Amino acid sequence: MNKTTEQDVSNPVEDAFVADAALAPAFFAWLCRMGDNALILGHRVSEWCGHAPALEEDIAMANTALDLIGHTQMWLGLAGEVEDKGRDADALAYLRDALQFRNLLLCELPNGDMGLTLMRQFLFDARHHLMLEWLTRSASPRVAEIAAKAVKEASYHLERSSDLVVRLGDGTEESHRRMQAAVEQLWPYVDEMFVTDAVDDAMAAAEIAPRPCDLRKEWDETVRSVFAEATLDVPGAVGFAQTGGNLGRHTEHLGYILAEMQFLQRAYPGASW
Amino acid sequence: MSRKEWPLWEVFIRGQHGLNHRHVGSLHAPDAEMAIHHARDVYTRRKEGVSIWVVKSNDITASSPSEKGPLFDPAETKAYRHPTFFDIPDEVGHM
Amino acid sequence: MYAQMVKSEGMKSRDEMSPEELAFQDRIDRGEKIEPKEWMPEGYRKTLIRQIGQHAHSEIVGQLPEGNWITRAPTLERKAILLAKVQDEAGHGLYLYSAAETLGVSRDDLMEKLHSGAMKYSSIFNYPTLNWADMGAVGWLVDGAAIMNQVPLQRTSYGPYSRAMIRICKEESFHQRQGYAIMMKMAAGTPAQKEMAQDALNRFWYPSLMMFGPSDAESVHSAQSMAWKIKINTNDELRQKFVDQTVPQAHYLGLSIPDENLRWNEEKGGYDFSEPDWSEFFEVIKGNGPCNRERLGARVKAWDDGEWFREGLYAHAEKAAHRRMAATTAAE
Repeated sequence: MNKTTEQDVSNPVEDAFVADAALAPAFFAWLCRMGDNALILGHRVSEWCGHAPALEEDIAMANTALDLIGHTQMWLGLAGEVEDKGRDADALAYLRDALQFRNLLLCELPNGDMGLTLMRQFLFDARHHLMLEWLTRSASPRVAEIAAKAVKEASYHLERSSDLVVRLGDGTEESHRRMQAAVEQLWPYVDEMFVTDAVDDAMAAAEIAPRPCDLRKEWDETVRSVFAEATLDVPGAVGFAQTGGNLGRHTEHLGYILAEMQFLQRAYPGASW
Repeated sequence: MSRKEWPLWEVFIRGQHGLNHRHVGSLHAPDAEMAIHHARDVYTRRKEGVSIWVVKSNDITASSPSEKGPLFDPAETKAYRHPTFFDIPDEVGHM
Repeated sequence: MYAQMVKSEGMKSRDEMSPEELAFQDRIDRGEKIEPKEWMPEGYRKTLIRQIGQHAHSEIVGQLPEGNWITRAPTLERKAILLAKVQDEAGHGLYLYSAAETLGVSRDDLMEKLHSGAMKYSSIFNYPTLNWADMGAVGWLVDGAAIMNQVPLQRTSYGPYSRAMIRICKEESFHQRQGYAIMMKMAAGTPAQKEMAQDALNRFWYPSLMMFGPSDAESVHSAQSMAWKIKINTNDELRQKFVDQTVPQAHYLGLSIPDENLRWNEEKGGYDFSEPDWSEFFEVIKGNGPCNRERLGARVKAWDDGEWFREGLYAHAEKAAHRRMAATTAAE
């Protein structure tokens, strides 16, 4: 898998946006958002490895995490090229501090029980899939190329997480209670997925990516229909949404994720692994 | 402790090259749809397949081992079903 | 190996065997495979359940020491490789439990026996993974030792076990190599990395030798299991083979084996080496190893915490089936 990625990097399709200096700051920030979401959510999902409630589920969760790590390599790899300061995907993943991370707060929240993990995954997948589908038609051929690979995996993620949300919502009293509690706990982090700022406007103007706020309607429809089948209530509007990941203002959790993830690279600078 | 174990399913996969579905193993799942998902995650991690069948293990009817003789031995005496039974002169060419 | 000290039911001589047992032994001697619903001695069935079950338990407990480093892997590629490898171990556990289930035992029963301590798993997974080079050492030494045993077991007499081993061996071929690749990087790296590599080898060497189990030259259990072809080589044979294969690999890395008595013995065409401390081994088996409580505790927690999840999915499947049935009846 990595072999293919390497080949693609050494022989990339033509893409004028990649060397567009005026666009670079916004393009870089946007690519970090894509890559950091995948990296941090992948990290969280990988924490389940060896601890899931059934062997089949353990294997399925690891597949999701592996897909997300693969996406990270592609997005952050391209971010490094756009930035053009000699940083590759690993340098971006392992040598930036929390302030430079651009992932959604939703992705860094602790796993909780399987209900919370799966609900977080579903809320994310529903947006991720819409985003990637749009990106397969991006004006940037490199972005479109990555999206074309990632969307197949994301569509399976959504199929799986929505299916499990329905099953657990409808299952027993306890599973229903846990799923509804997960929705309530995560709902304040939903609005952040559709926050649209100057970076997004620049990407939309170049027709590289959609404005996240434009994905909201379709996302709402997906979530509503899945929740209806799952007999879960959609919470009302949130008084105060938790936001800030886009700008590097995170929860306390991200610092610990990075302390763990970056430990070897930080403790032994310059070593080759 | 829960006594409601997810039932066992047998998994059959058709590979890339159009051969028949082949039994590859089993797994546990609450129902057929989830068994398909699990089979995808467990048995196609290395691009082994393009199509999956799952069957509840309990629904499989198997031939009885004690009948092995009557069922399969009679085929032994029918060598004429195999092409090598027939001698065709070399001059005839490939057949 | 992953199944250590499996008790086999008493060995019988040919005169003591019933006609059925004689016929069964003849089939095994002819190299025929025994399949699930065929007649088999009760001892064969019980021994196999113990052995395959222990092997399966070892795979899933074996996820934990390596899983310990997934979130700390030093590069994205290493993280993906390690995660894929630990995931494979879950898969191997699954294949082996399935093989055991063909003998009339349920997977949930086997799980409960693991959790209650009634069934064991390999001693090796009760040792901690303390630095990144341990990911190399586990792949190189632990998987290396496991492969020694698993390759011959592809020819074992019980069909489902043999087929599971064939699949496992095919998938495992990358595990040992990825471990050795990490060791090569570390041994050729900075002084600190090399120190980690040597430390990992020092800590994992004797526990790896213990994986083969104590000498079984005199063991009745082993003799019966070998007659049934559910054990193919003696523990000592495999241990010797492992040492002979591993020592040159350590030399290539520029690392030293932590054994002053290690010498090439021209006469036997193999290395002389020190036995591991068997009293430590028995303590680890009894539950007193450095990580026994954490390992078993983690498995029990995963199982208990997951009960509502398994039941929720089960309940939904039942409800959905009833709804489908009701809809069909209504339509008629």
